Amino acid sequence: MSLEQGDIAKLARLARIRISEESSEELRQRISDILGMIDTMQAVNTDAVDPMANPHDATQRLRADVVTEVDQRDDFQRIAPATEDGLYLVPKVID
Amino acid sequence: MQWEVVIGLEVHVQLTTKSKIFSGASTAFGATPNSQACAVDLALPGTLPVLNEQAVNDAILFGLAIDADICRDSVFERKNYFYPDLPKGYQTSQMDKPIVGHGVVEIRLEDGSTRNIRVHHAHLEEDAGKSLHEDFHGMSGIDLNRAGTPLIEIVSEPDLRSAEEAVAYLRKIHSIVTYLGISDGDMSQGSMRCDANVSVRLKGEEEYGTRAEIKNINSFRFVERAIKVEAQRQIDLIEDGGKVVQETRLYDSDKNETRSMRSKEEANDYRYFPCPDLLPVHIEQSLIDSLQKQMPELPDAKRQRFETEYGLSTYDASLLTAERSIADFFEACSKVAGDAKLAANWVNGELSAALNREGKALKDSPVSAEQLGGLIVRIRDNSISGKIAKQVFEALWNGDGQSADEVIEAKGLKQVSDTGALEAMVDEVIAANPAQVEQYRAADDGKRKKLIGFFVGQIMKASKGQANPGMVNQLLNKKLSD
Amino acid sequence: MPSHTVADLLRGLAAGDFSSEEITQQYLDAIADRDGQINSFITVTREQALEQARAADNARQRGNAGALCGLPIAHKDIFCTEGVRTSCASKMLDNFIAPYSATVVNNMASAGAVMLGKTNLDEFAMGSSNETSYYGTVRNPWNTDRVPGGSSGGSAAAIAAGLAPAATGTDTGGSIRQPAALCGLTGLKPTYGRVSRYGMIAFASSLDQAGPMARSAEDCALLLQSMAGFDERDSTSMDVRVDDYAGALDQDLRGLKIGLPKEYFSAGLDPAIGDAVHAALEEYRKMGAETVEISLPHTELAVPCYYVIAPAEASTNLSRFDGVRYGYRCENPADLDDLYTRSREEGFGEEVKRRILVGTYALSAGFYDAYYRKAQQIRRLIKQDFTDAFKQVDIIAGPTTPNPAFGIGEKVSDPVTMYLEDIYTIAVNLAGLPALSMPVGFAGELPAGMQLIGRDFDEGRLLAAAHQYQQRSDWHLRTAPDCA
Repeated sequence: MSLEQGDIAKLARLARIRISEESSEELRQRISDILGMIDTMQAVNTDAVDPMANPHDATQRLRADVVTEVDQRDDFQRIAPATEDGLYLVPKVID
Repeated sequence: MQWEVVIGLEVHVQLTTKSKIFSGASTAFGATPNSQACAVDLALPGTLPVLNEQAVNDAILFGLAIDADICRDSVFERKNYFYPDLPKGYQTSQMDKPIVGHGVVEIRLEDGSTRNIRVHHAHLEEDAGKSLHEDFHGMSGIDLNRAGTPLIEIVSEPDLRSAEEAVAYLRKIHSIVTYLGISDGDMSQGSMRCDANVSVRLKGEEEYGTRAEIKNINSFRFVERAIKVEAQRQIDLIEDGGKVVQETRLYDSDKNETRSMRSKEEANDYRYFPCPDLLPVHIEQSLIDSLQKQMPELPDAKRQRFETEYGLSTYDASLLTAERSIADFFEACSKVAGDAKLAANWVNGELSAALNREGKALKDSPVSAEQLGGLIVRIRDNSISGKIAKQVFEALWNGDGQSADEVIEAKGLKQVSDTGALEAMVDEVIAANPAQVEQYRAADDGKRKKLIGFFVGQIMKASKGQANPGMVNQLLNKKLSD
Repeated sequence: MPSHTVADLLRGLAAGDFSSEEITQQYLDAIADRDGQINSFITVTREQALEQARAADNARQRGNAGALCGLPIAHKDIFCTEGVRTSCASKMLDNFIAPYSATVVNNMASAGAVMLGKTNLDEFAMGSSNETSYYGTVRNPWNTDRVPGGSSGGSAAAIAAGLAPAATGTDTGGSIRQPAALCGLTGLKPTYGRVSRYGMIAFASSLDQAGPMARSAEDCALLLQSMAGFDERDSTSMDVRVDDYAGALDQDLRGLKIGLPKEYFSAGLDPAIGDAVHAALEEYRKMGAETVEISLPHTELAVPCYYVIAPAEASTNLSRFDGVRYGYRCENPADLDDLYTRSREEGFGEEVKRRILVGTYALSAGFYDAYYRKAQQIRRLIKQDFTDAFKQVDIIAGPTTPNPAFGIGEKVSDPVTMYLEDIYTIAVNLAGLPALSMPVGFAGELPAGMQLIGRDFDEGRLLAAAHQYQQRSDWHLRTAPDCA
């Protein structure tokens, strides 16, 4: 699978990573190589195989509906880039 | 041209669990910003989700209430997109294997007819936080207290054909979830929110038109208005030779219009895939059975019972069963009152009007079911007239007394049924109004019935409304005929 | 001191031959003296370590010594440690002081372990060479022009250089076993779900597993005992009894059936490594074990399968690094979009970005079935290979890596070749099985490792098998030149 420049731009957009023009071509090349390696999977017929998401095919354990957490806002916000009045600040969100 | 509106609703219902769907943080409403956002809710590196049992039970209860299949191995998936109120950069939701499959909700329209609206599925997911747009030096503030609150999203088929039907459906969902006690259904606090997919087509057409999605409508009234205005916009557009584009729109209640949300226009690719931090939720038949046993009586069943057991009209029974709290109030009141029809009239009439007038919810009613029942008892035993009863109700509403009896006693409102006292009053009125007496006696039976009203009025006035009207009539008839 | 094993140190501490404060001080001094050359630590928690050591000495005096009381260890800088920077070797988290500790960290602290500091790794554990760290390349103590392997390369290099007797690691596709092999150590990747992932910064959630790295199998047994256990904060943690690993090391290996997958001894394997592994297998036969050739037919598909699943999971696991609540935020973002795209451009290194984009691709509309779903199906085929094999044999053995430590810079420009170095280790993660690597000789001057793979939750048998071999060999006690 060989990607085109536009594909890289689309992926970068979905992943919210800015890609500079200088690095874009190298990235395209490398990712195309990786996808080429991955494509060897396609030769195997897996029609009758159930996908496996967890190595033990285990099922979800449930938690009792109990409040266990206390307010640690100050600790958590000490490491935040920008806060005010207990809120995390980001550039204006436009709906 | 005859247009038909086609509507599908996606209703988000916040569940009333104590803790969040994937963390042990509290879900209480109205806490100071971010004080209920724990390490998991904030998506601190290394944190992991564990599923809340109650959220699962609530979703199953809802599924059972709409006769849906419960998925025995449902799967949580990640819906990937970036937004500041979404700390992990994905919403944990369900897509391929939602916990609740196809179901049916019956709605009742104003003309008394009913329709079945199909539910495509309902799934469990986590709520996002909130962006506050007050100006912080050109920045927005993010409060993540709501992040991780459990939701069920109920997705209908495009079976609704008018804004009124959409509202009836939404009200029905509201009554089901509040009956089940899985949500407080409070739209003003965002406990229930709705997205509407709206399209129009010519009547008789098979194909659906292109739909627009109106996001985040937060009241019954706005749902109706938003759908109406959006449908009209689409009709006008098409009639002017334009084309509806598939897009997300926002309803502006101030201007009563919908507008395109351009910032969300960008083609989304949510890259759903099974969340590897959570495992498939396996549900045993025994759990379903035990939840089925806990299932409370639901609105439709209750309405039918009210009709047969209490002899109420479908209309009255529907009003009384729209909310579980009203139904419970009515039944408690009726039990004390000993007369279901009178109780229904008072709950749907005087009480409902008073609540509306003051914008109060039933749970905040100053008059309790027992107080209202006590009041009705006094109407039934002729201690007070209907008119006086309204005064007593007013007094109870204002807190002037603990019971109807106390109010009646304190204000001396007890109906005068003492024959002696009434006779004296009747004699007095007859003596004071010879001309009217003359007229009455000269009249035929038909006219007499009208003329007697004058005398009754005079007596009621003299007795400040406390004279027993039946006895007054009897005495007058007798005395005037003498 | 540098060649001391965990077992030696615990015995010495118990006997009162030395105090925890003394040995902690010695390791701290060694780090100060020699880590400039190796670069195995990102953060050294000197004061805190000495404080913990003194507390451990006091606890011991009060007769209150936990299983690891006073033992200095290092934690891979992927585990959150309250109050201490937890960087994951990324600029993205260079300023991240974790407000809580991982379950593994808490478990070991409760057992009395003393934390020397946080070790270097490939950024977000994405790499097999430790060249992608924001804090610079880690060097292999056996030859400082060579890589130590990755991603737990800092932990491996620190032990091999005598800067710590043991360390924690994490293994997503070989990240404990490959650096253990390249640095001449014993390292165990437990069964998926054996050790809690809570507080361990996620790379690929369905593959990640934490485990111990040390000189000997006995050391790993002692460490795993404290690390392992059910954790209600991790939905993928398994509620399975933790065996007495150290107590079960003395097992007679007579009758043990060892499977040798023919796919693991094929072309591409360095002959010297092959010889070392064969010599070790001969020892096992001498101890009464039986070796049989087996086949794991889907081995070749493990690398492509892994390079879909791991990047796909990683691409969304790393979405939380958005510059909003913690971590790196770009300067003066023009708007929200700029905040996201520039913080992530500047905060992530090249390999991380590459994998995020590959993973995004594998999950995107139109490709999901051909990539992600396909890989999940192949994953089942790979697991089935092992299930079938374990009907015939008790453990599976083979080389850990096809080659000894490669040169720094040799493979950075060719990710695919680098990925293929993980051919023997990756399938184990896809299947969720336990596996360890132990030193079995040298390829030239560089250590060679052998991998033992076990059935689910059969760590005890793996550790015992390795321990029995280590009773008859001393490869695990060899020290790198200049590190003695």
